[in-house]
Amino acid sequence: MKSPGKVALAGFSALAIAATLAGCSAGGGSGKLELRVGTFPAGADPAAYEAFEKQEADFEKANPTIDVIGEEYEWKGPTFAVQLAGGSLPDVFTVPFTEAKTLLENGQLADVTKQVEDLGYADKFNPVILEGVQDNDGKIYGFPRQAYAMGLHYNRELFTAAGLDPDKPPTTWDEVRAAAKTISEKTGKAGFATMTFNNTGGWQLTAQTVARGGRTQVDNGDGTYTETIDNEGTKAALQFLHELRWEDNSMGSNFLLDWGTINQEFAAGNVGMYTGGSDVYTALVRDFSTEPDIYGLAVIPNEGDDPGTLGGGDIAVVSPTATEEEKEAGAKWIDYYYMQRLLDEKAAKFDAKTLADSDQAVGTPVLPVLDPETEEQRVGWIEKYINVPRDQMTSFIDNIGTQLPVGEPKGKTQEIYALLDAVVQAVLTDEDADIDALLEQANKDAQAILDAK
Amino acid sequence: MTTTQEPPALAIQAASEPSAGPQRPRRKRTPATWVRGGGLSTLLFLLPMLFVFGIFSWSPIVQSLVMSLQKTNLLTPATFVGLDNFANVLADPLLGRAVVNTLYFAGLALVFGFPLPILLAVLMSEVKRGKGLYSALAYLPVVIPPVVAVLLWRFFFDASPNGVFNSILGWVGIPPQSWLQSAETAMPSLVLEATWAAAGGSIIIYLAALLSVPPELYDAAEVDGATVWHKIWHVTLPQLRGVLFIMLILQVIGTAQVFLEPYLFTGGGPNNSTITVLLLIYKYAFQNSLGGNYGEATALSVMLAVVLGILSFLYFTVTNRWSQS
Repeated sequence: MKSPGKVALAGFSALAIAATLAGCSAGGGSGKLELRVGTFPAGADPAAYEAFEKQEADFEKANPTIDVIGEEYEWKGPTFAVQLAGGSLPDVFTVPFTEAKTLLENGQLADVTKQVEDLGYADKFNPVILEGVQDNDGKIYGFPRQAYAMGLHYNRELFTAAGLDPDKPPTTWDEVRAAAKTISEKTGKAGFATMTFNNTGGWQLTAQTVARGGRTQVDNGDGTYTETIDNEGTKAALQFLHELRWEDNSMGSNFLLDWGTINQEFAAGNVGMYTGGSDVYTALVRDFSTEPDIYGLAVIPNEGDDPGTLGGGDIAVVSPTATEEEKEAGAKWIDYYYMQRLLDEKAAKFDAKTLADSDQAVGTPVLPVLDPETEEQRVGWIEKYINVPRDQMTSFIDNIGTQLPVGEPKGKTQEIYALLDAVVQAVLTDEDADIDALLEQANKDAQAILDAK
Repeated sequence: MTTTQEPPALAIQAASEPSAGPQRPRRKRTPATWVRGGGLSTLLFLLPMLFVFGIFSWSPIVQSLVMSLQKTNLLTPATFVGLDNFANVLADPLLGRAVVNTLYFAGLALVFGFPLPILLAVLMSEVKRGKGLYSALAYLPVVIPPVVAVLLWRFFFDASPNGVFNSILGWVGIPPQSWLQSAETAMPSLVLEATWAAAGGSIIIYLAALLSVPPELYDAAEVDGATVWHKIWHVTLPQLRGVLFIMLILQVIGTAQVFLEPYLFTGGGPNNSTITVLLLIYKYAFQNSLGGNYGEATALSVMLAVVLGILSFLYFTVTNRWSQS
């Protein structure tokens, strides 16, 4: 039956819903240019916010037309893609080197060549690192802000328990194998572990390949790449893992480890040695409650012809949707917030003091993104704030300069790392794994990924 | 309250056959009669729901259909690529592996996970005292957030001799098992956890269905000298047939979309032995972290949806025929 009440109710509810859905409105402006910068990881320490506020005020005083708004941001693979697609990324944010090439090829990064050149230090960057953010025409799409080299992390306590000298970490892969076996036999813990999933298996296999003189990909220089996964270095790296796992039984019982879980296992004292970025000390202590006393860092052993250490790190970039004005402001902020701490004494000291005051690591060994002299100068400036046990890292600090830094493969990096995860897992979980056949197949599959348009 | 003079079955029949009874000439429906008959207020009343449903439920479905024909990273303009995404997905060697793994998971879950809740529900319905406590205990795993459950089960599945399951096996002299660390045992381990996590929900549904079984049927069976087994086979299960059919198809659809367990426990490993179709979809969309393959991810989603749709249709057609015969 028709009822005016029903009609009114229906009309009202339709209106109410329409009004709710239409309830978005543009924010008011203060006349200043609002620059949203991604800076805090979720759940950051209050001290980090306080330090940011000081820097924000200082920057805004020098740039009265810019209003900086700090936002929570942390690069994470899956969420980054969604943020990017949804347009919710800040105007300035950081991304790992491995993403840079694909991002810039996809038109997802703003071209900041002019800004970098205007700031006057385009030629100060470490060329291996700068290349990672340039396209084939040499245009620059971001500021490399920090980098790391691969290192061999080891547990000093387990070394001592196994009767090994924690001040003399292994320097060759044979020594790594012997130490791993001893640790395993004496302590029952995994002597050596390696990451295997969430693309980290491929990442570490590539690092272990480079350390043996192999390369998994050749850049043809014309935007195409050729896969060389079935090289001798990768074979040797997999053979090494196979021997540790099946002949020595020195890799423990967990073969599904990624960056987070291997650090967790290391912090819990279950892993004697593993390879990973040299800058992990900060996260180990801050996020995984590792006891600083147990930590030791050595260079990753280099062997064979043309070996090196795989480098990585992250770059500060400007959103591709930023206007020209926002791009200028973004570059100014990146220069102030990320770069001056590497270049300017006052900024370097301020940054180090702020970190030290909030009990964060200062002085973690890194790979200089600028030339070595500038980096040496910076370490000199912040010396009195250094709080990481650098004497437990001497093997790394003293020798990293002699190793050749090698950039990560650039073509479809993460997809190919994912492909290699399965290869590493196969070697560790199947005693009869045929390494040659696995590599041949992986090479073919990786090339198909590269060739796909 | 008045009592009906007709037997209920006849009443239903009469109500479902409007043409029966005295014939009245039908008036022609015009917009005016529709409005007069309350059509407008019905539509207005329905409008908010249709609007919300259309925006939040159907537009993403339509959008993903469109996206499956595009190459897009959702930032730069999308390009129409026809059926290329479908061709790429079908050519992916991992797809076959994912389909086989998904079927393997579904099969194992069906063999172990489907009868178990029925059995437990029947047993629990026989319990005279503390039924509520048993129901609560059975339902508890469903209350635990899945991510927490996975963390918990990681301890159980620890492959070292000190792992919870391996310790228990050790007591009876069985050597430690690899659980998630070997391609052979990873999938059955996932099914074990998934069964544990989902059984409680099914048990509650079966318990509710069991309540609707008329006690007279059991009494009659007892008079005829039926054993417990006879009663379950000849009374309980036939009475539960409708619920069992629905639960089975829900389980098939659910297991075909298994994602959480392989994603959180193994990431698809070791050596792709637990990669499932949904995990593959996820990897297309997010693995390279740049969302380059949204088109292929949606193409595979569309294919999965079509397969499940066809499967459900066939299943209902067949089970309808069974229930009519």
